[in-house]
Amino acid sequence: MAILVIAEHDNTTIMSATLTTLGAAACIGGEVHLLVAGKLGGEIAAAAAGIVGVTKLLVADHKEYAHDIAENLAPLVVHLAKSYTHVLAPATSTGKALLPRVAAQLDVAQISEIIGVVAPDTFTRPIYAGNAIATVQSFDKIILITVRGTAFEPVARTGGSALIESVVGTGDCGLSSFIGQELSKSERPELTSARIVVAGGRGIGSSDNFKLLEALADKLGAAIGASRAAVDAGFIANDAQVGQTGKIVAPELYIAVGISGAIQHLAGMKDSKVIVAINKDEDAPIFQVADYGLVADLFKAVPELTLALNKPR
Amino acid sequence: MKILVPVKRVIDYNVKIRVRPDGSGVETANVKMSMNPFDEIAVEQAVRLKEAGQASEVIAVSLGVQAAQETIRTALAMGADRGILVVTDQELQPLAVAKALAIIAGRENPDLILLGKQAIDDDCNQTGQMLAALLGWAQGTFASKLVIADGFATVVREIDSGLETVRLKLPAVVTVDLRMNEPRYATLPNIMKAKKKPITSLTSDELGVDLVPRIKTLKVTEPPKRKAGIKVASVEALLDKLQNEARVI
Ligand SMILES: Cc1cc2nc3c(=O)[nH]c(=O)nc-3n(C[C@H](O)[C@H](O)[C@H](O)COP(=O)(O)OP(=O)(O)OC[C@H]3O[C@@H](n4cnc5c(N)ncnc54)[C@H](O)[C@@H]3O)c2cc1C
Ligand SMILES: Nc1ncnc2c1ncn2[C@@H]1O[C@H](COP(=O)(O)O)[C@@H](O)[C@H]1O
Repeated sequence: MAILVIAEHDNTTIMSATLTTLGAAACIGGEVHLLVAGKLGGEIAAAAAGIVGVTKLLVADHKEYAHDIAENLAPLVVHLAKSYTHVLAPATSTGKALLPRVAAQLDVAQISEIIGVVAPDTFTRPIYAGNAIATVQSFDKIILITVRGTAFEPVARTGGSALIESVVGTGDCGLSSFIGQELSKSERPELTSARIVVAGGRGIGSSDNFKLLEALADKLGAAIGASRAAVDAGFIANDAQVGQTGKIVAPELYIAVGISGAIQHLAGMKDSKVIVAINKDEDAPIFQVADYGLVADLFKAVPELTLALNKPR
Repeated sequence: MKILVPVKRVIDYNVKIRVRPDGSGVETANVKMSMNPFDEIAVEQAVRLKEAGQASEVIAVSLGVQAAQETIRTALAMGADRGILVVTDQELQPLAVAKALAIIAGRENPDLILLGKQAIDDDCNQTGQMLAALLGWAQGTFASKLVIADGFATVVREIDSGLETVRLKLPAVVTVDLRMNEPRYATLPNIMKAKKKPITSLTSDELGVDLVPRIKTLKVTEPPKRKAGIKVASVEALLDKLQNEARVI
């Protein structure tokens, strides 16, 4: 058994989603190889070779992979996949765009967002926004899987020493070209791996009011999340959306402010260790999953909490 | 320009899902069914392209039980021109759906196929990408904006780190995200008109496609429940709990 893991990276650093996906690979068992495809800079290959548990690092450093274009990456992964029993990618926007394309080209199924490994061919995954958990078994000769990062322990970034091998490029297939991107810049921790998340909903009322949450987040060293309603209303960028169709988070502490707790939102955060809800409606469904609920006007409670955190303890 | 829009019949997003006690799946009897919300957005976008004079025909396609015809009718009431229903009682998985759609695309020759990014029942997020692969077409996934001009589709994609713009050669597959548009409600006159629009019914045999699932569902269970929490009376009490009981800050 040998597993190929597709690394999530930004051409200079390996993202934490790669480490949790490697954690899932370790649960399956067997030799693990890591593919880093991109137009790579700096010391990324050397760093990736140090990740624990990876015996071989495949480096595909070619310009056609610079922007994670699935149409260009798929032929590369299809070619490599034939030597493996499993191919794993993180369930990120890149992994989700790529792996089904690879699967169809290989004529195999793909299993989305696994949260558990029962056996090397049997996995658990949430369906219906996490309101049910399916145990599924694959009979394909190559098993293609995307991995939900919050469900697995990350492997250590350093301590390993993989053999490095370069891989020839498969060229630009000419179907799709990258035009540009608008990345949300932030000094705060990355949402899906943050220890604390402060999330705002429609109740926040405006993008200006999100500053209240930012002040609290900065005090706590937290990432900022949001409900769909807050993103739809333009209070905050799309990449902050938590939920069934947004990001999945499971921090140690999730503070939901002005969020009602629709099932689609709960799907993205209900595995958080401790959930706090601040909402003025005592019947809001969010209180049913909150460990600590505070029925209050957020415009009063949030500044008060930020202020209290400023006081020496 | 011809547009194909695959629409899936799913349990309505407002329904509280119940897992069958025998672990065989979720309860679907006497449960409200609707069009997958993402597919409504795809239909809306296709109809807007038609209204803008950019598309000549919008075809809604569904695979599923006979009742999936209602989902196609909804698309027709929103403004699609005709429907294709592939009737099957088979459990459907994305690869099989993509294969059937690829055959239909081969017959209909659309310039654009607009799908939802994800079906809210299986939460797979695969079909569009698989379809694009089978056709050898470009794919614009998780699109929040779509502009068609000069044989290309310019797509703004919602990615984990923000927004990305790509340019796709047509024909192409585009899967839509939530913020592409706000779908219209079908008006009563349009619902009446939709009853007269044609729907072609096919079987998987006629299509020559193997719909047998590749992945076996062994069981379906309830997710672990969270323990009920408590309400605190003040910010001070909250802070005390977080620091001294939960010890998370
Ligand atoms: C296909 C589909 C996918 C979806 N995916 C997602 C998803 O991924 N993520 C997601 O979040 N949603 C998703 N949704 C939307 C979801 O159904 C809800 O509409 C959304 O989560 C509601 O956001 P909200 O809680 O911010 O807004 P609301 O439901 O409007 O709640 C606002 C809350 O703020 C409280 N409030 C208002 N003012 C104050 C105040 N001054 N102080 C304190 N509290 C206040 C109110 O009491 C209320 O509870 C999806 C929906 C569909 C159909
Ligand atoms: N049975 C089906 N009939 C028609 N379209 C479907 C069907 N299943 C999936 N689709 C389309 O594929 C999209 C993604 O579904 P999925 O890959 O299952 O998450 C949906 O939003 C639909 O547009």
